[in-house]
Amino acid sequence: MGLTLAEKIWRDHIVRDDLLYVDLHLLHEVNTPIAFDALRTAGRRVRRPDLTLATEDHLVPTRDLFKAIEEPAMRRQAALLAENCAEFGIEIYRRGDPERGIAHVIAPELGLVHPGMTVVCCDSHTTTMGAFGALAFGIGTSQVEHVLATQTLHFARPKTMRVTVTGALAPGVTGKDLILALIAEIGTAGGQGHVIEYQGPAIDALSMEARMTVCNMTVEAGSRAGLIAPDQTTLDYLRGRRHAPSGPAWDAETARWRTLRSDDDAVFDKDIVLDGDKISPFVTWGTNPAQGVPIDATVPAPSSFADPAQRAAAERALSYMDLKPGTFMRDIPIDAVFIGSCTNGRIEDLRAAADVLRGRTVAPGVEVYLVPGSDTVRQQAVDEGLHHIFAAAGIQLRTSGCSLCAAVNEDRLLPGQRAASTNNRNFEGRQGKGARTHVVSPAVAAASAVAGHLAAPKDLEA
Amino acid sequence: MQQFTVHTGQAAPLRASDVDTDQIIPVRFLTRLAKAGYGQDLFADWRDDPQFVLNRPPYHQATILVAGNNFGTGSSREAAVYALADYGIRAVIAPRFGDIFAGNASQNGLLPVVLPQATVTELWNLLERTPTSPVTVDLQNCLVRASGIEAPFTVPADIRTRLLHGYDEIALTLQHETAIQHYETTRRRTLPTTTRTR
Ligand code: SF4
Repeated sequence: MGLTLAEKIWRDHIVRDDLLYVDLHLLHEVNTPIAFDALRTAGRRVRRPDLTLATEDHLVPTRDLFKAIEEPAMRRQAALLAENCAEFGIEIYRRGDPERGIAHVIAPELGLVHPGMTVVCCDSHTTTMGAFGALAFGIGTSQVEHVLATQTLHFARPKTMRVTVTGALAPGVTGKDLILALIAEIGTAGGQGHVIEYQGPAIDALSMEARMTVCNMTVEAGSRAGLIAPDQTTLDYLRGRRHAPSGPAWDAETARWRTLRSDDDAVFDKDIVLDGDKISPFVTWGTNPAQGVPIDATVPAPSSFADPAQRAAAERALSYMDLKPGTFMRDIPIDAVFIGSCTNGRIEDLRAAADVLRGRTVAPGVEVYLVPGSDTVRQQAVDEGLHHIFAAAGIQLRTSGCSLCAAVNEDRLLPGQRAASTNNRNFEGRQGKGARTHVVSPAVAAASAVAGHLAAPKDLEA
Repeated sequence: MQQFTVHTGQAAPLRASDVDTDQIIPVRFLTRLAKAGYGQDLFADWRDDPQFVLNRPPYHQATILVAGNNFGTGSSREAAVYALADYGIRAVIAPRFGDIFAGNASQNGLLPVVLPQATVTELWNLLERTPTSPVTVDLQNCLVRASGIEAPFTVPADIRTRLLHGYDEIALTLQHETAIQHYETTRRRTLPTTTRTR
């Protein structure tokens, strides 16, 4: 019997039993100080600083890059990352470094994520990098300490699930809509304990950026990781990047990468088929990412859920979101728009927003946070002149960071404020205590900014 | 790491599913530089509600939490575990846990116990009827016991051993230094390092 791609990567990294070797370990400010402290207390060293990379993303200001972080505890936490990296000899991308940005955005940009690798980071959206055919997953702080000390991690052979997306996405339908539709279908635990591999013509047609969006939100279905086998699109993205192989090594490596795919006779523990032709722009109405509907639909009634737990969750969500069943999603007014995050903060996302915003302005009373996923993305947007379009629409192109995705830096919504947001989670309080989040694609976010309520780009063409 | 063998204590019925880590500890509290102290921020956004289960005696002294499906989904933040442990919770019982949360819990002496929804509902009913009814989580025999309830559960063998003895996982792994070194000699040279080529 053949093996799935996930099983092959897992097998290739087993040191013994279930001890998995880690090829790349990413760090950020928030979940790491306790790990370094424990390491120091135990008198341990970092085994492979050369396979470790840190970045400042969660706590940095995005409106004024060099502004001091006001909150003392956060300022201390940010400083600690730099101190720890200096002490243990770890590369760090700091404020002012032109290639700094969100961990899951810069690692691919730097060419650090190759097909077949294992990648971990103290952030659940590490799954983003599965788009390269790498086994990439989030870990907790104790595991960070374990990887720092040993470069390995206990990871049992994963169960696997195949999601085949047939057909083709209609124009204006994005990777974000695809993944939201999938999660709405299989639920927040639909992929629990599994590594999902995406296959099918609708996946093959996606750009690397869109594949990263899909793999990013795979974790919202409860999965450990998402995977897409490498193909020409993957190779085209990697070629010429700083840490990608070059010269004869490129040929040798790419030949190997092309063999990285699930065998035809591989057996997946679960199999799901999604009809790509039928997916339309998707928006969430509730407080978990599975509570979503097509933008043409209405807010569902809790009574429409057969499962009592789901019904109770829907009731609670509608009360938190202050929504009434039967309301057209399009009729929901918004106060804020967030375009950014490791889900949708890449250049393709900014281009999609600019396409909608060209020649238009933001509705009065709507505040737009436009935050690139990395400063490389920001520079590229400037080079392409997109900043002029944003400025004319009344939007500042900020510097990169997590910003309103986690609302742990100074960017935060007020209680009761409602946002159309391109991030990944609509949890209660995710964007600030009492704030309400509708997860959407960049195109829908931009259209909503112009309309002042949830809207698709075609709604603006009147 | 703190050992876990058998624990008997007050339990709190948390009748909610999909309690994500942003609810357990909102992100704005993730600034502590030590595991201690996080307990005061546990479920911070729910604590102003007098009806919230941990605001009501005797549940406020709970050392066991009985929660709904998908407890601890969402972010990888281990502070969710620190907050529960620092509050005094030793075990969480639920029909299903977020994967990363369950891993983090077992690293910190907090036991995630998976029981079927029917048993969880039985426990909820019992605790609402007789709030002080003690609950026992027995890792030695892999059993949860309470008045009229005896429910077996399973835990992966390695996690059980580690918790029963309070082993340091890193020390255990470092015993395999030779195997790790050997693996490193077989890694392909074309794999990237993070060192900047300036
Ligand atoms: S953008 Fe959001 S999901 Fe991504 S790393 Fe930052 S906080 Fe985590």
